Amino acid sequence: MKTALDRLVDRAGTEGLLDVTYATIDSPFGPLLLAATSRGLVRVNLPTYDPEETLEELAARISPRVLEAPARLDEVRRELDLYFEGKLTEFDLPIDWQLTDGFRKKVQRAINRIPYGQTRSYTEMARSAGNERAVRAAGTACGSNPIPIVVPCHRVLRSGGGLGGYGGGLPMKEALLKLEGVL
Amino acid sequence: MTSLPPFQTLLDEHAADVMGVLRGAVGRSDAEDCFQETFLAALRAYPKLGDTSNLRGWLLTIAYRKAIDHHRANGRRPMPVAELAEIGVEDASPEDDGIWEMVGALPPKQRAAVALRYACDLPHAEIAAALGCSPEAARRSLHEGIKRLRKELA
Repeated sequence: MKTALDRLVDRAGTEGLLDVTYATIDSPFGPLLLAATSRGLVRVNLPTYDPEETLEELAARISPRVLEAPARLDEVRRELDLYFEGKLTEFDLPIDWQLTDGFRKKVQRAINRIPYGQTRSYTEMARSAGNERAVRAAGTACGSNPIPIVVPCHRVLRSGGGLGGYGGGLPMKEALLKLEGVL
Repeated sequence: MTSLPPFQTLLDEHAADVMGVLRGAVGRSDAEDCFQETFLAALRAYPKLGDTSNLRGWLLTIAYRKAIDHHRANGRRPMPVAELAEIGVEDASPEDDGIWEMVGALPPKQRAAVALRYACDLPHAEIAAALGCSPEAARRSLHEGIKRLRKELA
């Protein structure tokens, strides 16, 4: 059955029927669900959220053709493994931004430009996205980042230096900042 | 809008059933090809599927069509319908020759009801759901189909 399913995924790929592929990988924080389209990485689901719900959301928002195909996420897995070992400081992965839009997307793209080992404030992110006064909206944009870790919303802190929030829980945010040598 | 579950759910829940049905219907060696064809066809059609109430019946209906296609394309010696779920094509006994052609020649609803009942082993309620009719109508189609086959075999 295993090979039959592998062959099915290969043939579906050849026919362009793999709209969303996903894989689950281990991380120091628990299992991460990774999902990609033909354009790139579209979703990273942190261990705090139910992966089943995330798959249903992907089916509803992108396409119900959602299939498990770990081989198609090998490069993402490889870079994340290296990152968690402290051996990779910049992800070189194509990203599909289709799960975000508007001001949120502007903020998230700005987050994606914060270098490894540096932090920014929510206010700075609002400014980078073109609206300095939209600090609260910038915070919401960080919180709704569909591709955490790779798009490093953990590098955004409160102006006074407080940690702010994190979808994966504050201990995870702290651990990532320690890994990058910030804390 | 009814939202469709991720296609992987269908594979996880029904791939083994579909493979089992196809092994019965076309034999072990050809079942995998039909399995690929079944799920590729399902994957192609899936985003436009309107009714999600019986995904298993939908998949088995596709599987049954692929099994029929396979028999037609190969011009194989047909198989005894009643034993389809249990045995491979190579086990068909000579006196049952022609039953698949007879099933194939039935009117569409009867043909589908007979194949879903005997090749795919679906209960009446699921045949009804797969055909989009009431359980009584499914039972009637099945009964008419069997009656006609009996008459032709007599």
